[in-house]
Amino acid sequence: MSLLDVRDLSVVFQRRGERPFTAVDKVSFSVEPGQTVGLVGESGCGKSVTSLAIMGLLPQRGNKVTGEVLFEGANLLELRPDDMRDRRGRDIGMIFQDPLSSLNPVIPIGVQVAEVLERHQGMDRRKALREARQLLDAVGIPDPERRLKEYPHQISGGMRQRALIAIALACKPRLLIADEPTTALDVTIQAQILTLLKQLVDETGTALIMITHDLGVVAGLCDTVNVLYGGKVVERAARHELFARPRHPYTHGLLNSVPRLDSVRGERLHAIRGSVADNIPWTEGCAFAPRCNYVVDACLEGAPPLEPTATGGDLRCNNPVPVEVTVP
Amino acid sequence: MSDPITRPGVAAPRDGADQPGTDERRPGMSERGIGLLGERKKARLEELARASADKGGVSLVRDAIRRLRRNPVAIVGASIVALFVLMAIFAPLLAPHDPAQRFDELTKNLTVDNIPGASSEFPLGSDPLGRDFFSRMIYGARQTLFVGVVATLIGLSLGVLIGAISGAFGGWVDNIMMRFTDVMLALPALLLAISLVAMASRSSQWTVIFAVAIVNVPIFARLLRGSMLAQRESDHVLAARALGVKQRNIVLRHMLPNAMTAVIVQATLTLSTAILEAASLSFLGLGDPDINRAEWGLMLGVDGQRYFEVRPELAYYPALAIIVVALGFTLLGEAMREAIDPKNRR
Amino acid sequence: MLRVIVRRLLQLAVTLIALSALIFVWLRNLPGGPIEALLGERATPERRALLVKALGYDQPILVQYAKFMQRVLTGDFGNSIRTGDPVAEVIGRAFPATIELALVAMIIAIGLGVPLGYLAARHHGRLLDNLSIAGTLLGISIPIFFLGYLLKDVFTQNIHWFPPSGRLSTGVDNTEVTGFFVLDGLLTREFDATADALWHLILPALTLATIPLAVIVRITRASVLDVLNEDYVRTAEAKGLRHRVIRGRHILRNALLPVVTIIGLQTGALLSGAVLTEKVYNWGGLGTLITDSISGGRDYPVLQALILLAALVFVVVNLLVDLSYAFIDPRVRVR
Repeated sequence: MSLLDVRDLSVVFQRRGERPFTAVDKVSFSVEPGQTVGLVGESGCGKSVTSLAIMGLLPQRGNKVTGEVLFEGANLLELRPDDMRDRRGRDIGMIFQDPLSSLNPVIPIGVQVAEVLERHQGMDRRKALREARQLLDAVGIPDPERRLKEYPHQISGGMRQRALIAIALACKPRLLIADEPTTALDVTIQAQILTLLKQLVDETGTALIMITHDLGVVAGLCDTVNVLYGGKVVERAARHELFARPRHPYTHGLLNSVPRLDSVRGERLHAIRGSVADNIPWTEGCAFAPRCNYVVDACLEGAPPLEPTATGGDLRCNNPVPVEVTVP
Repeated sequence: MSDPITRPGVAAPRDGADQPGTDERRPGMSERGIGLLGERKKARLEELARASADKGGVSLVRDAIRRLRRNPVAIVGASIVALFVLMAIFAPLLAPHDPAQRFDELTKNLTVDNIPGASSEFPLGSDPLGRDFFSRMIYGARQTLFVGVVATLIGLSLGVLIGAISGAFGGWVDNIMMRFTDVMLALPALLLAISLVAMASRSSQWTVIFAVAIVNVPIFARLLRGSMLAQRESDHVLAARALGVKQRNIVLRHMLPNAMTAVIVQATLTLSTAILEAASLSFLGLGDPDINRAEWGLMLGVDGQRYFEVRPELAYYPALAIIVVALGFTLLGEAMREAIDPKNRR
Repeated sequence: MLRVIVRRLLQLAVTLIALSALIFVWLRNLPGGPIEALLGERATPERRALLVKALGYDQPILVQYAKFMQRVLTGDFGNSIRTGDPVAEVIGRAFPATIELALVAMIIAIGLGVPLGYLAARHHGRLLDNLSIAGTLLGISIPIFFLGYLLKDVFTQNIHWFPPSGRLSTGVDNTEVTGFFVLDGLLTREFDATADALWHLILPALTLATIPLAVIVRITRASVLDVLNEDYVRTAEAKGLRHRVIRGRHILRNALLPVVTIIGLQTGALLSGAVLTEKVYNWGGLGTLITDSISGGRDYPVLQALILLAALVFVVVNLLVDLSYAFIDPRVRVR
């Protein structure tokens, strides 16, 4: 049994007087215990909404979530709100993009780590703070004793993200969801945080869903990668397969737009034309069609199906990038 | 909302495969990337893309007005204000009697503890001096609007003058002006108004208007100054300066007009407080002493208070009128503020 | 931090000195000034000249102002023209009544306003929210003296729940210690006096609380709505924390920061409102004193002291609020 099995998950936002907007469109994927799975795509592709839906953190009103989110066999979408509350922070931890705004500005770091231990492990404040000190130490925060009493604005961005990781992993969850955990950080700090995450995941055996727009992050971390576009999975493959032979033109474009160490000097990077604003609805055809270099007529005949590939992945494309066309 | 462009796929026929790719450019090499498709396909794709894209490029004010027209709160507020203004303009046509005339039919029944009520000729009965209360209520719209508008305009003009000088020059001019507004803001509004009325040896309609106006000067001044200071550093003012536009023209043509939207919103809200403050002054015996003047605040604050036990309607009607009108200006002002707030722009 | 306090205190002093100078100049130069107020309009030139000399009005204005400030700083504001009593004494008698009323009104406004604003935000866009918005709009649109009369009419004439006016019932004995009747009753163990004083306080305090209540509900609602969108609330939810903890520790602690500022600014509305409320309920406080000092012939010494006192209270309360920020918000503390 998979640790997490997302089946046909859809999220439709419906605000009064407006057309409903499908942010996540029948997304399915699974995560095995200890595995690291990437959800990759541009902003607006539905990757963050997917993670919030798994966590049950979408606003109570204004949206409709359908499908199944099976965590160790239990459908999280059908849990009572209080039961879901018991699981959040204990079974599933989450790290967010902006470490400064994700920490409460008027509460000391120590309390913010301790409160999750008090909640799920029944510790009292003193015991929880002692444990928090060790957690801060474990995520590489120097002088943890002092940091316990400090406020988020007093520590650096990298340290804040480390503190958030400590919070998310405090109760040793079986699944950790990291939503763009390095985007708001300096490049040098990004690498440190990724190394830390990899190390912690390896040590604790926690499964990880890594949500990012940055293929560089995926390359170093993920076992399997799901590429999302316009709310749908367009390609799924094992990491090395995806990087060696991207089949979907979108994936191909993403890889082409990343600078590489082994590229020829002076060679230009290829950006993907247009933006998500150029999407067409999936009911009309492939959402990526207006930006696609490989578009064919069939691409405007409704959404192509997600079909298994020879290499064990899945692909949603009428005219995939030929296997011999490799990344320049 | 029912713009056909926003509903893709309705107008264009589905003509998929009958238009084979005639362009010989190979995929991956084309600049515009629609190489395999015919012209009709191209047009259709562009149409679809346009439909799903954000509609940009609508100017700020037009955008705000569009949002206002869709907001029921704004519509209710504007309707109340419109009714109120119409009533003020057409008071002579609407009122059955002269508001200052005392009628014998009414005065003969008038005693200390009895004020005649409604009759067929006098729909709301008499006021304490035997005048037609209904006509006075209608004429009251005119005087109340006058007090509110004039007080607001004076307050706005002086405030804008101070704020504009402060915001345009900055430095020590700004410093002195702002210390001055600090002093005014150090006194709670009504107390400042009371002190100002007390300055005059005897009160009149103009002392009330002037007192209410002055109370609002520092508010307008601070608002305009803040908004102009924010713009001094903004891109379009820097650009104008870089192009060598004269300081005076930058202030008059660029900074002031942009800052004025906030001021106009504040003025709408001030109309409501001005009417309430004028009523309060009347209630404290510091209002207009002219017994012939029909103004709601005066009617509520003087007669309404004095004869509350005898005939509470003398208080109810002007109070209701004031509440509704104050509510109207507040609703309109709040809706305007919401409409120009970039936070609410979509 | 110390530098901020010193700078704010200096600013406050400058503001108050400027205000006192303005009042001083106004007092001496306007028609119907103190000479007329003391002697009446038809006084002979000889008597005027005598009084001008006696009051020192023939000296240079700066000298006069210096003397005036010297007396003010020792608490000497001269004597009331109306009663002849020292101004400080007249004001001292009325001061506790107004402060007691204002404090109770503020307790009502905060005690009802914060929970209501919070609930409205949590029910954003639904019935309770719309009702509370409608209520606050009505609250700021109704002339509060009219509301006072309405409440008085309903609760003292139709149903006799509350007394119509005054601070104590006749026949209730109380021993004045501080002038705050509720407190006095407690201090002297005359609990019936405390109960009676509270009973008299309810309607006036409710009336006076109207505007601050409406404003506090609105600000709390807006502020909670902002905080609900903050990432740290999402983090708290992701931790699976209990509702109670999220509400208290994560939402309200942050949302109340702007509310604290507004509470300071509402001191102004309370002082203004007190003038109106006190007249409705015949409450012998500063508000009544102001009205009497104007309508019964201008009692300038009393007026000028009252205006300075009001400004002092308002400015000091706001300074205290700003300083208290440093203790609530750690981000301000280090700066």
